[in-house]
Amino acid sequence: MRLNDYEQEMLAGEHGAAKKYGMEQVVRVGTFFDAPDTVEVAQVHLMADPESLGSSGVEFLEGLAALPKAERTVVVPAVTDPRGVDLAAYQRLGQTEGMADLERRATAAFRALGFMMTDTCINYQTICPPVLGEHVAFGDTGSSIYANSVQGARTNFEGGPSALAAALTGRAPRYGFHLDAVRRGSCVFEVDFRPKDLSDWGALGAYVGRKMASYWEVPVITGFDDAPTSDELKQFGAALASFGSTPLFHMIGITPEAPTLAAVFDAVVPKAEKIGKLEVDALIQSYMPSDDKLDVVVFAGPQLSLMEMQTLAGLMQDRHIHKDVALIATTSPEIKYACDRMGLTETIEGAGGMVLSGVCFYQMYAREIGEANGWKRLMSNSAKLVNILGGYGYEPVLATMEACVDSAVQGRISEAAQ
Amino acid sequence: MTQVFKGHAGIGDEVTGEALVASDNFSARYDLDRIKGVFSRPQHKLYGQSYDGKILILNAAKGGVASAWMLQEMVSRGVTPKALILNFANPIMAQGAAFANLAMIDRFDIDITTAIPSGARVTVVPAKGEIRLLD
Repeated sequence: MRLNDYEQEMLAGEHGAAKKYGMEQVVRVGTFFDAPDTVEVAQVHLMADPESLGSSGVEFLEGLAALPKAERTVVVPAVTDPRGVDLAAYQRLGQTEGMADLERRATAAFRALGFMMTDTCINYQTICPPVLGEHVAFGDTGSSIYANSVQGARTNFEGGPSALAAALTGRAPRYGFHLDAVRRGSCVFEVDFRPKDLSDWGALGAYVGRKMASYWEVPVITGFDDAPTSDELKQFGAALASFGSTPLFHMIGITPEAPTLAAVFDAVVPKAEKIGKLEVDALIQSYMPSDDKLDVVVFAGPQLSLMEMQTLAGLMQDRHIHKDVALIATTSPEIKYACDRMGLTETIEGAGGMVLSGVCFYQMYAREIGEANGWKRLMSNSAKLVNILGGYGYEPVLATMEACVDSAVQGRISEAAQ
Repeated sequence: MTQVFKGHAGIGDEVTGEALVASDNFSARYDLDRIKGVFSRPQHKLYGQSYDGKILILNAAKGGVASAWMLQEMVSRGVTPKALILNFANPIMAQGAAFANLAMIDRFDIDITTAIPSGARVTVVPAKGEIRLLD
């Protein structure tokens, strides 16, 4: 990789151990992907829940945090993905003191490094949306695909060690989705129906994601004349990224780099694969169990926007969750404050639900809290969450938010969901 | 005669071990019980099998960003594959392997999941992007 003088100094350790670590990570990854040089990034979004970090990861962060302030401080605005423990609610969820301690230590280390603890995966909706052509280093698949696709910014999936490196150096290796050539379309999907609910948008993203062979394929979607909402594109992208490891899609006439098919293909446009309601319904149905048992309903993955929280509160108004079922909604601290002010939290919790702040369910030691609370059968309107939780010992079911709430009230999977 | 398969130059140090192979994809968060060291997603072709100490050979990196931290966490606890071999890595796996100094190679000129049988002894040479089939 070509490095300028300052980058070579950072790599040699002349600006301290933190920047040395950062440049080493940039160069190792850049070399692996044949990056010619680096790009300067405008902002960083870092994922580092304590379950993923483990004690060794937290100790690594504490080592950086112990360096002199001038050496350890991030050089671009840097924000955090959801944490693993809501310290106001962890005991109710059966999370342990050990988990909470690891969370406190990781948070203290990130603060010492200069991170802003936004604790959200919907930073593109709630903190600082990037703009067309802006190079960023985003560290959640959902935030990355939304920034790349809907906002036209440029990022690879920057996992924690590399997002941290970007924050400390202001650099990311120039490869992948920082490059024009990699952002061209690979295949076309023609959608002949309009998904109605957020769960349908997620299922559509999941269907396309399953067709993706690798990170490097860019699906191009046609068939939509009217713009989806931000939350619809959020669910579509999050599921596509989760099922497909896909960081970019184009939606013709909707997303900023794709006004026409000709704009995203160099020569021949590939033959489109048609996707109808039948295919998407079949994907949803594939998660439906043969009995109606239900333990927990979760709205998360991604965290809910203010609009989603309002919809949820509306569905739970004047109702009560069944005593044998738990209902959890997760959102960002900023949106939680708004929900508190507007009475939405009171409505949801008054009906027996829990509103968690700054966390997301699958990043909360999902296996351990499932075992602690006896949760196995889980309903959600998030295709991403359903995809992840199968590996954590859950039996996940995908349904609309309305059907999830109805089921939580009835204490079993409602007939409407089946 | 030792068969040699060529990929892109990789990450980490040379290692030798027993191959665990499937034509399926890989995510540390989605697919593994990292405490027990086994594949825990029921739909995965290696469901229930231990990856500890194996040269893990799979198709493509999938899923989320957590693997970037988790590979190092697995290495630090000593319940880890010796190497991760993929037809197609993604940045997350590369970032995680770089952070953990875990041997990794991808981008072979053939489908590596069909070229090497499960149970075979192999040597992984990341600096050269080579896998050598010893049996």
